[in-house]
Amino acid sequence: MSLRIDQDHSRFRNIVRGQIRQNLRKYISKGELLGRQGKDIVSIPVPHIDIPKLRFGDKQQGGVAQGDGDPGDALSGSPEDGDGQGKAGDQAGDHVLEVELTLDELADILGEELALPNIENKGKNAIVDKKDRYVGVRNVGPNSLRHFKRTFRSALRRQIALGTYDPKRPVIIPTRDDMRYKSWKTEEEPVANAVILYMMDVSGSMGDEQKEIVRIESFWIDTWLRKQYKGIETRFIIHDAAAREVNRDTFFRTRESGGTMISSAYRLAADMIEHDYPSAQWNIYPFHFSDGDNWSVDDTLLCVDILKKLLLPASNVFCYGQVDSPYGSGQFIKDLKEHFSDNEQLITSEINDRDAIVESIREFLGKGR
Amino acid sequence: MAQFALNTALPNYLRDEQKRIEGFVQGVGLDVFPTIFEVLSYDQMNEIAAYGGFPTRYPHWRWGMEYERLSKSHEYGLSKIYELVINNNPAIAYLLEGNSLVDQKLVMAHVYAHIDFFKNNFCFRMTSQGRDPKNGADVRKWIDTMANHGAVIRKWANRIGLETVEQFLDACLSLENLIDPQKQFLPRTMSPSSSEEEEPPETPEVPLLRVDREYMESFINPEDFVESQKKKLVDEAEQAQRFPAEPQRDVLGFLLDNAPLQRWERECLAVIRTEAYYFLPQMQTKIMNEGWASYWHSRLMTENICDASEIVDYAERCASVLATTPGQLNPYKLGIELFRHIEDRWNRGQFGKEWDDCDDWGLRRHWDRRTGLGREKIFEVRALYNDVTFIDEYLTEEFVFDQKMYSFGYNQRNDRWEIESRTFQDVKNQLLTSLTNAGSPIISVVDANHGNRSELLLEHTHQGADLRLDWANEVVKALCRVWTRPVELHTVVDEKPTALRFDGSDHSQKSL
Repeated sequence: MSLRIDQDHSRFRNIVRGQIRQNLRKYISKGELLGRQGKDIVSIPVPHIDIPKLRFGDKQQGGVAQGDGDPGDALSGSPEDGDGQGKAGDQAGDHVLEVELTLDELADILGEELALPNIENKGKNAIVDKKDRYVGVRNVGPNSLRHFKRTFRSALRRQIALGTYDPKRPVIIPTRDDMRYKSWKTEEEPVANAVILYMMDVSGSMGDEQKEIVRIESFWIDTWLRKQYKGIETRFIIHDAAAREVNRDTFFRTRESGGTMISSAYRLAADMIEHDYPSAQWNIYPFHFSDGDNWSVDDTLLCVDILKKLLLPASNVFCYGQVDSPYGSGQFIKDLKEHFSDNEQLITSEINDRDAIVESIREFLGKGR
Repeated sequence: MAQFALNTALPNYLRDEQKRIEGFVQGVGLDVFPTIFEVLSYDQMNEIAAYGGFPTRYPHWRWGMEYERLSKSHEYGLSKIYELVINNNPAIAYLLEGNSLVDQKLVMAHVYAHIDFFKNNFCFRMTSQGRDPKNGADVRKWIDTMANHGAVIRKWANRIGLETVEQFLDACLSLENLIDPQKQFLPRTMSPSSSEEEEPPETPEVPLLRVDREYMESFINPEDFVESQKKKLVDEAEQAQRFPAEPQRDVLGFLLDNAPLQRWERECLAVIRTEAYYFLPQMQTKIMNEGWASYWHSRLMTENICDASEIVDYAERCASVLATTPGQLNPYKLGIELFRHIEDRWNRGQFGKEWDDCDDWGLRRHWDRRTGLGREKIFEVRALYNDVTFIDEYLTEEFVFDQKMYSFGYNQRNDRWEIESRTFQDVKNQLLTSLTNAGSPIISVVDANHGNRSELLLEHTHQGADLRLDWANEVVKALCRVWTRPVELHTVVDEKPTALRFDGSDHSQKSL
């Protein structure tokens, strides 16, 4: 049954969607979404939309209640939490609503908000996926695909035509000719496959805040790219002086100490690409986050070399995000800029704090490659 | 009665209960409207509750918001709406499908007391829409009125667009609480245009200097100077004729009469104002109304309705209704206890001069004149008081002590809410302050031609608590939307008199 309220409800949802759009920046930098993602649905807390009225300010107005306690004792729980019935009739308290959005919707909103262009496929239609779809009916086939209804119908038709159908005793016996079977068609679908390689520096200089920034940013990148490609894969690499592949969870939680050899991660990524993701068939998105403090100049040169020869030719874009940290020198981004100043395939971005995440996502994904 | 009862889809066993309970209700002297009970499924209940009890309201997103909140909290088992009753004749009350029979009976008993209150309390007289010419019955066809409001707003939304109408409604809703609770008791004023006396203002006398010699007259009091003085006086007199003559607290009414509104705007604003006045008495009598209903459900359930097997279930439910939480006033609890307190006092003769003069605590404790006037007294109280006068008159020192009442406030230094006082005067003052004007600040229109530029000037009568500033600015903006000229609100911010102004594009705030 459709309720009358549904109209008002969907109107409210639309307004809230608008609100989310306005507040998205806030939520992005807060990272509130992450803890709450279900399977494909994210719930975003949305403040109750208040209609402003002339009311008294919160803290100047006390109230009256009943119970134990001496003057000067703290009240357990804040009076604001309640619905404040005693204060002002039916004044509403602060309710927090949660609005559920699918990740797709979220990505849409993100795209609109940041004016992100849709990504142009590399034009790799080489990979095709074969898919069977049941589209028709035929007279022969295995019993497991028997189409009961059609079989029954043709048997009934035959019996009526022959005059052997007795409405008082409606027994239908199909003969071999009556049998109908489902038939399928194999369709070829071009697939665009994509892989995101996340690399993160987990050396001693990357603190919790830095990792949190990386976590939030990669969540949004993930959301956006997932919207763009079906069947996206993600791989995670962490590195200090040596690199290794880890699962998602470890990626965000590990804290190691030690030196930094960025080349180790790049080499591992290049290996991965070579073995698992032939660049002719895959859209490849390596993202590297670091505080920009590399071990030595030699290693930096090695990185540049790997980038030029292996990573850049294979990737759609290569993104390097540099997180500001109190310990890092931040030199690496300067080196990259120096060597790749004319190469559009390499995008660098400095993320100084949480508020910069939005801008950085725009820098990374704004080119639509 | 029966003609209505027959029309509902109430299951037989509930209809039997209704008949039984109605018998008890009339037996104890409650005076109710004919009452229709309807059983609703939980989502219908949420829908109707979101609409404030009315199955048809004008379209607005905030019902949708309320619905979402209610259904979410229902789904997660946080809360459940037990009862919903509408002040209407016949009264409509809703029962939730699937509640236990004890719950349904409890709700019925509670609801009947509410209806008695609606019908008899003086505040609710303003919701009366006249008398039926045939039988003299109180006409309260609010279900129809609200549905008509819905039709009006839908009509305009169809003609000029939902977005436009909705934006205007949002502005009006920001002003919803700017109405005059005493409106119904004021002498009815004529509509401003007809009552205005069109007498030309008398030409004022210009005080002239004394002239002894006639030929000096034109030098001592030159003619053009006298003329200019005369003009100035006339101007001043005109200026002094303020409009409105008296500060007017019914801001919505003032706007309706005087703002340059288009027809659709006028009709929308009238809807908001009518509904605001309809809901006002419920806010003015929250404590009394809930107290009265709890008092009677408790009496009826324990003395008449429940059998022995049901009494424990009832007691548990009733206890959860009357539970108190720190820092939150439970109107059910305060109301029922105060009614019981009054009944007890009048039963024992604890009133009158002798009682007032007695300050022997022990004597007062055991005072009993066996007057037995309690029942009569509480019926009188339910008819003649609202929350403010109820508390003012009947809250006693003994009661505050027995009920462990305290006042609380925010302690800036400790950054937390604290119990402030347990003394009678403090508690009473705090309670009355928070109930005054149904918890809203007192705002009046002072000048509709402020600065002689047809700007609207409003004044906040500051009584100790500042306004919430960000909202106040939004409200000034909403006022400007309706008034169409700059609007200024005078209030006090951090002990400094301040003017909040919106001129159509910018906010400004200056000290006065």
